[in-house]
Amino acid sequence: MSSQKRVKDSQAQKRTSQGSDTYETNLLAGEEKEDLNDSKRSLKHGQDNIAEDYGHADDQGEDALQIAVRYFEKGPIKTSQSKDKILEKHLKTVENVAWKNGLAPEGIDILLNVALSGKFGSAVNTRILKCMIPTTLIPEDSVVKAVSWLCVGKCSGSTKVLFYRWLVAMFDFIDHKDQINLLYGFFFASLQDDALCPYVCHLLYLLTRKENVKPFRVRKLLDLQAKMGMQPHLQALLSLYKFFAPTLISVSLPARKKIYFKNSENLWKAALFAVRQRNQGPPPEPLKLMLGPAQVHPVKRKWNSCSVIPVLNSSSCSKECGKKGMTLSDYLSSNGSFPLEQLKSFPQLLQNIHCLELPSQMGAVLNNSLLLHYINCVKDESILLRLYHWLSQTLQEECIWYKMNNYEHGKEFTNFLDTIIRAECFLQEGFYSCETFLYKSLPLWDGFCCRSQFLQLVSWIPFSSFSELKPLLFDHLAQLFFTSTIYFKCSVLQSLKELLQNWLLWLSADIHMKPVMNSPLETTLGGSMNSVSELIQYVGRLSTTAMRLENNSTFLLHFILDFYEKVCDIYINYNLPLVVLFPLGIFYSALLSLDSSILNQLCYIMHRYRNNLTAAKKNELVQKTKSEFNFSSKTYQEFNHYLTAMVGCLWTSKPFQKGLYIDPEVLEKTGIAEYKNSLNLVHHPALLNYAVSFLLQEWPEERTVSMSSIRGKKWNWYLDYLFSEGLQGLKLFIRSSIHHSSVP
Amino acid sequence: MDSYDTSESTPRHSASSRLKDYFIGATPLQKRLESVRKLTSFIPTPPRRKIPQCSQLQEDNDPQKVAFLLHKQWTLYSLTPLYKFSYTNLKEYSRLLSAFIAAEKQKGLAVEVGEDFNIKVTFSTLLGMKGTQRDSEAFLVQILSKSQLPSENREHKVLWTGWFCCIFGDSLLETVSEDFTCVPLFLANGAETNTAIVGTWFQKTFDCYFSPLAINAFNLSWMAAMWTACKMDQYMAATEFLWSVPCSPQSLDISYAIHPEDAKALWDSVHKTPGEVTQEEVDLFMDCLYSHFHRHFKIHLSATRLVRVSTSVASAHTDGKIKILCHKYLIGVLAYLTELAIFQID
Repeated sequence: MSSQKRVKDSQAQKRTSQGSDTYETNLLAGEEKEDLNDSKRSLKHGQDNIAEDYGHADDQGEDALQIAVRYFEKGPIKTSQSKDKILEKHLKTVENVAWKNGLAPEGIDILLNVALSGKFGSAVNTRILKCMIPTTLIPEDSVVKAVSWLCVGKCSGSTKVLFYRWLVAMFDFIDHKDQINLLYGFFFASLQDDALCPYVCHLLYLLTRKENVKPFRVRKLLDLQAKMGMQPHLQALLSLYKFFAPTLISVSLPARKKIYFKNSENLWKAALFAVRQRNQGPPPEPLKLMLGPAQVHPVKRKWNSCSVIPVLNSSSCSKECGKKGMTLSDYLSSNGSFPLEQLKSFPQLLQNIHCLELPSQMGAVLNNSLLLHYINCVKDESILLRLYHWLSQTLQEECIWYKMNNYEHGKEFTNFLDTIIRAECFLQEGFYSCETFLYKSLPLWDGFCCRSQFLQLVSWIPFSSFSELKPLLFDHLAQLFFTSTIYFKCSVLQSLKELLQNWLLWLSADIHMKPVMNSPLETTLGGSMNSVSELIQYVGRLSTTAMRLENNSTFLLHFILDFYEKVCDIYINYNLPLVVLFPLGIFYSALLSLDSSILNQLCYIMHRYRNNLTAAKKNELVQKTKSEFNFSSKTYQEFNHYLTAMVGCLWTSKPFQKGLYIDPEVLEKTGIAEYKNSLNLVHHPALLNYAVSFLLQEWPEERTVSMSSIRGKKWNWYLDYLFSEGLQGLKLFIRSSIHHSSVP
Repeated sequence: MDSYDTSESTPRHSASSRLKDYFIGATPLQKRLESVRKLTSFIPTPPRRKIPQCSQLQEDNDPQKVAFLLHKQWTLYSLTPLYKFSYTNLKEYSRLLSAFIAAEKQKGLAVEVGEDFNIKVTFSTLLGMKGTQRDSEAFLVQILSKSQLPSENREHKVLWTGWFCCIFGDSLLETVSEDFTCVPLFLANGAETNTAIVGTWFQKTFDCYFSPLAINAFNLSWMAAMWTACKMDQYMAATEFLWSVPCSPQSLDISYAIHPEDAKALWDSVHKTPGEVTQEEVDLFMDCLYSHFHRHFKIHLSATRLVRVSTSVASAHTDGKIKILCHKYLIGVLAYLTELAIFQID
């Protein structure tokens, strides 16, 4: 083959290879291009070694490599006496480059040809094969050409073995496998050779696709098994066949983990690592199939499930059994559905969504994000029912507090719940099974076991009528809430906040779909809003009581205010007609808190309430039609009450007159003379230390610190100081709610 | 927690609450959820049940097969609906299941489906074994050993038997689509390893789920009352109760046997509603037994745990084992077991 031709060939091949495989990721395509440049460069060097380019040492090495490659390509020189020496020199060159940087596709192509064509002796072939290490990828064509040499019978048995080992080890780096798969029959026939059998089995294991599994091959393998007995490599291949064709063959692997294939990679361990490093991105994934579930979960716990979540298996069995009178020809003609085992990417899912084979056990989707996408959009009720039944029963079976004194599977149950929660987060939707599981198990829950998981499940309860959920769930939760530690209370509030958020997101997305649906069951937006509002009120009641139980704990109050940070923004953030204010108990606890961050958070929430209410008012004025969702004047009054109380305390130093009213006589009895000032921005217990720091910083020479001196201009400086100290909520509140004419 | 009951009630009908209904209307899954909600929010079992009537077997039943089911101890399982199960494919299922069992028995050795093994699996329907026409047909699965000797009477030895049935399972039927076959009750007799293999195969093939069906003391009392209430021409066995006292190092069992006619007389004295059994009557019946025992032995049986009930109709153990003795009340017994199984898979 002339080098001219080679160029053409290789370019043509590049073109086809770039065009054909649509599933290659961009990353890989990019690498391929780079690779192409690489090979061109090395090719150029090979072509015109007259253009002496001695620029770099590396280039020198590469030139030597080109010479060596050409030497091997031409074949051994018969006459030369020093041929051994030259051969050795060239071999060394190739080996050095290969182990250092890997060989370009061109080099591999030529050298593979050399090694398998038998031009040199067996020892040389072995050495060449051992250094067939790619820089990044191996072109499929080279492999195909190499395989064609196997038919000619020019290479020895040991070379063949080595070639197969090499193929298995480098399998991941072969750029495409479609052509190679066409040679499936040839490889399969090589199983006859006892020496080759283990390696061919391994190769077939990597190569087999569903369409390769045919009855005659099954029979052949069974014959081999009969001849050779239970061989681990045969077992592996057979079980793969069973995986694809459960109606043809049955095998069950021993529970104990076992090595099924001799390690072909050993020879190239360091090199493989280097190539992977060079490739960086993930190699084109070969099918990762399980050798039966036993391998994943070595401990067989009970017959019902080797592992909690079933292994992904396509449902060929029940489907084909469903057809009456399945014949051999049915089997031989592929039925055009897309096998699950090949589903690797989202575009594939989109292309084959109409003909996707579904797993035989629907529970397997939990571990597969692509299938989760699928069940998320599928309308087929039976798919959801299958998942529902499986998940309900599994939760019930695995739930540890159902089993008396049986906490040994606790870890497993926790992991299972984590998997479910991951899936729910991924789908942004709760499963019905989990909801029913909560109904059943919450009354029996100790509030301790799997707490984090359990509360996360609560936050994924699908949107529902609150009054319906209350006796099933929220009443039980309240009991636990009141009788548990402060940390439990905080966790519950946290998960209720997430629940509220999930409901709001769901509703706000749903509102826009509403007009298209016509359902016999009427559900009004007003009804939904009622439910949300009841949830908020429920949390309000929990919070108020909890504050009393926990002695106005600041820590708890943070969690409560976090919840209201969600609540105050419903109208604007979720475009839903709902504004619910916090209860008095929470408002005053926050206003009179000793913690500045609480006060700051309160200010922020008040600011957001104001914005939401103003926006709502504006919309009401614009469109007078939607009278259903006008907020009652009560909401506005309530807000104004809070606002007056806050301004009275913090700003105008007139507390306890409007809003929070306390009889002056009572106040006198406290014996505090200057009670009026005592809650303003300067004297408020949460801010007092800011005021002191402010004075010390601005007037360090002053002997005494006079709080009351902060007024007029100083008051404004003081405000700026507070804002600069990070009290952003306060800033927003003052900017929006207080007109600056009223500086005290 | 009534203390913070919201006074404003939502005006909407309960079923209309889910926005998801917009998409799917009242789907089976929807009904499922509704039924679970109902079950969880109220008392799990209805306060009254019918006393089993005389033979309710449909006329086309096979007496030989029915007789085969009696006097054997069955382990109970609940089973979620089978997906894409077809009664026309029973032959094919036999082939596949025998190959599966053969492969499981000789771990690691692959077998061809349809090959001749030393075991044989048969699937057959149990005609007439249903409560209503809507109930799925019951079916029987057997593992038989093939004798190596080609003797004249090729009588296969039965290694394992299991059967699937649904008696008055309407409530379940309503909540699944037609791709599913509802046989919520599974009964097995034979080595548990075989049950495991068969169960695994069913789970993999029809995407269903088997769970052991235990019978709690509450339901055992119901069984005791309902079975005592059955009219018998002749009693074959004593009415016997077994209580377990949890004490270390070994638990103590208290057995309490009564002449069946005495038990019936006691029942008749507490029984008021004709043809039905109510929760009140069950409680009263058991209380009478307790107080009688207390009078003699000064032991409060109510503080112990009822673990077994045997009558002439059937005997049941809390572990989920049952033996049906009386042909006449077979359907009645199975109907209650189906109810329990459905409750478990709901």
